[in-house]
Amino acid sequence: MFRRLVEPAGHVTVTIDGRPFSVAAGETLSTAMLLAGFAGLRRSARLGRERGPFCGMGVCFDCLVTIDGAANRQACLVRVRDGMAVQTGTRLAALADTVPE
Amino acid sequence: MMPFDLVIVGAGPAGLRAAVEAAAGGLSVMLVDEGREPGGQIYRGSESGAFAGTAKLGPDYAAGAVLAAAFRASGVQALFGATVIQIEREADGSFCVSVATGHDKAVVIRAKVVIAATGAQERPFPIDGWTLPGVMTAGAAQTMLKADGVVPDGPVVLAGTGPLLYLLAAQYAALGVAIDTLLDTAAPGNWRRALRHVPGFLASRYAFKGLGLLCKALAATRIIRGVEAVAAIGDTRLSAVAYRKGATERTIPAHVLLLHHGVVPQINLTWSAGAQHRWNAARLAFEPVRDASGQTDVPGLFIAGDSGGIGGAQAAEAEGALAAFGVLRMLRGTAGDDDRTERQWRRRLAVSLRGRAFLDALYAPRQSHLSPPDDVIVCRCEEVTAGDIRKAVRRGAMGPNQVKAFTRAGMGPCQSRMCGLTTVAIIAAETGQSPSDIGHMRLRAPVKPVTVAQIASLSDTGERSAVD
Amino acid sequence: MSPAPERPGNDCDVAVIGGGVVGLSLAYGLAKTGLTVTILDEGDVAHRASRGNFGLVWVQGKGLDNPDYASWSLASARAWPVFADEIEAATETPLSYEQRGGLMASLTEQDLDARCNDLRRLHNRGRDCADFERLDAGGMKRLLPAIGPDVVGGTFCPHDGHVNALRLFNALHAAAASLGAIYRPNATVEAINCRLDGFSITGAAGEIRAGKVVLAAGLGNARLGPMVGIHAPVRPQRGQILVTEKLAHFLDYPLGTIRQTDEGGVMIGDSKEEVGFDNGTRHDVLAGIAANAIRIFPLLAQAQVVRSWGALRVMTPDGYPIYDRSVTHPGAYLVTCHSGVTLAAVHASHVAGMIASGDWLPDLTPFAAGRFADVPPPG
Repeated sequence: MFRRLVEPAGHVTVTIDGRPFSVAAGETLSTAMLLAGFAGLRRSARLGRERGPFCGMGVCFDCLVTIDGAANRQACLVRVRDGMAVQTGTRLAALADTVPE
Repeated sequence: MMPFDLVIVGAGPAGLRAAVEAAAGGLSVMLVDEGREPGGQIYRGSESGAFAGTAKLGPDYAAGAVLAAAFRASGVQALFGATVIQIEREADGSFCVSVATGHDKAVVIRAKVVIAATGAQERPFPIDGWTLPGVMTAGAAQTMLKADGVVPDGPVVLAGTGPLLYLLAAQYAALGVAIDTLLDTAAPGNWRRALRHVPGFLASRYAFKGLGLLCKALAATRIIRGVEAVAAIGDTRLSAVAYRKGATERTIPAHVLLLHHGVVPQINLTWSAGAQHRWNAARLAFEPVRDASGQTDVPGLFIAGDSGGIGGAQAAEAEGALAAFGVLRMLRGTAGDDDRTERQWRRRLAVSLRGRAFLDALYAPRQSHLSPPDDVIVCRCEEVTAGDIRKAVRRGAMGPNQVKAFTRAGMGPCQSRMCGLTTVAIIAAETGQSPSDIGHMRLRAPVKPVTVAQIASLSDTGERSAVD
Repeated sequence: MSPAPERPGNDCDVAVIGGGVVGLSLAYGLAKTGLTVTILDEGDVAHRASRGNFGLVWVQGKGLDNPDYASWSLASARAWPVFADEIEAATETPLSYEQRGGLMASLTEQDLDARCNDLRRLHNRGRDCADFERLDAGGMKRLLPAIGPDVVGGTFCPHDGHVNALRLFNALHAAAASLGAIYRPNATVEAINCRLDGFSITGAAGEIRAGKVVLAAGLGNARLGPMVGIHAPVRPQRGQILVTEKLAHFLDYPLGTIRQTDEGGVMIGDSKEEVGFDNGTRHDVLAGIAANAIRIFPLLAQAQVVRSWGALRVMTPDGYPIYDRSVTHPGAYLVTCHSGVTLAAVHASHVAGMIASGDWLPDLTPFAAGRFADVPPPG
């Protein structure tokens, strides 16, 4: 779907849906996920349809993912960090799973 | 607990220039932006993006690095990665700016004056299938290019109207990225309507830049003009794009479809802060009402750059400077030592706005694309179709607030950014009222979604020190 | 010269002024009796409590100092299941009405004791009134597994429930229309005059002739009431509300200040502010509402708030409704309350029936406007 024009200076590892991916250090998370082959990142609340990154600038709220336990965060506004754990496919966030102790 | 003289929202060209000039005039300034570094959308990645320090995206983009450096040198405090929740004007005329600063955290920053420079967003182009993964905006693709040096792979289609569509095509062409097809959906009559603006256009920098763009994009791309309808096709992700032109209907395989329908001001913050807005019939958008310095009818609330009306990066920078001078005059009684500087910026603004009217007319979207067919989803968040909205209007909902109550359009996390203008266009088409009489649905805090914890943490009011 | 073509609704048996939940409930009930009804509503940006309300069908704590109001609220809660079925059947709109009981949570023992004393005092007056149950922290936890450790207990009332308030609003519109009621937006009323056979109502919609007129215009009743000789000194009282993104279902019962809608969003709100017609939001008030919600349900801390709003309750000086008929302008009626959702069922049945027949039953005499004769007009 997408490819890199510029070779990254370094790599970090993020876990997406339990699988490790090596991504460019400092890259936008939604970009990293598209490069890793994830097109749909969540499902719509009412009809349950697949949704992916759309506006790329934080206004459409379609690229929502769970990041390190925090549900419905905008992947297009976050940069990848080493060790980041990302979960896709959420339709309605279950808060009980995300309450930090 | 002294307030800042000035809080600036937005670190694009308008916000950065306003910060530099206000700091030079001796004001205490705090700048807040959602991004990670100076630049906003237009200069995204100027400091650390994939093409930082290169000329590969053109000289206009390279100007961003210069401005970002001037901002860094100004010593202005900044909160990056911070989301403004609400701006309230207090009884004493000062402002409380509520800002989400991080996980669970938010602060209230007090300011004597606020400059909102929240920039533009792309006008929604609601077509059948536009919610499918693989369909994105041209702006999103350009952001991926600037920030991360990432481009589409496999068959890619661009569709819509507006200079950005051709700019992106030209940038791709210059980088050797192949575009399958560009579907130009501008109405054929636009050329005729744009003719009377030709003198202004020829005197503008767009004339040269625009022709250059067009040539590059034309040479490398299959362009189909006069496209009347576009649809994205796919099951769980995009597989093809269908289009119609006259009697011709075709389907092209595509992995990526990039839509564009021009850009419009982001008004959520300024509307929720109580500023008066007016419909601009030429630009088909609501714009805040401002004086020559950018001050709104809310005393002390200034607006600079594209959030006040689309003018592009150079106009935005000039408006940022002029707003800063306006603020200096308001707080210090003088706009600095040198009136000539202000006059120079005003001239630069006039020059950079030349040619806009031509572009507005030339790239105006078709009426049928502003008010799409019944089965097209208009509100992406609540999955409300154009037909749902029409039905509500026919039942007596004459305005966007009642339509919202009847259909839930505009009630999701994007807070009507994706459906507001389309809703107004549909009501206008159904009732014959002008958008100016219809108005926009009311926009309220939080300007962007924030957590309950972040709102709870706003109880510590008056704490300038929280961000010092 | 031929007369101007009549618009439908210009001549009607009853004109209902006000297109909110109160006006629509009455219009629906009146149309059901076979009368022709025209609803005159304001424009798109009117103060509209019906677009901002919380969606509770609630009796717990209602009428602590006024057993008539307590009984009236309970009567409506009891009539709600039939009313909901009827509206759903007429419009095929699911109202998501639930009446499994509702809770109030207490963060201190003093608060819990005071609440229980109030409810017990009301109960001991011997009238037909709501049952309630005192719950300790464990009892609360059984009903609300997500409840936080700061909650010491609470009260449960089996008559309480909630409804999707926007769908109710929408469905009442459709239900009234399905019975032939004519809805006229952008029809702000400027004058109401008596005629031999009823009323002439003039304003933005031109002239409407009606046999009877019902004022159900919320805060507008303060202005309209005197036109028919009824003094209705209502004032706005602001309530601020936060609503979250749609979340997986976690809340089985509504609380007086927190409820999860059938669509998943959580509504949070409990402010009562005297700020005139300002329907904005204040960060310090929202902060307090949010902090309290987190103490009751700690998991809410991480939920994203997508909207907040201030809505203006329609308050009378004593906080109770006004139901009255005009002595000087026979055939004119006034209805005003701040619990239009809870009372929708009795408005659509009892009150609409009384207006239609003209028989004013004793149920409504405690709510006559005469009790405010000494209160100066607002503003």
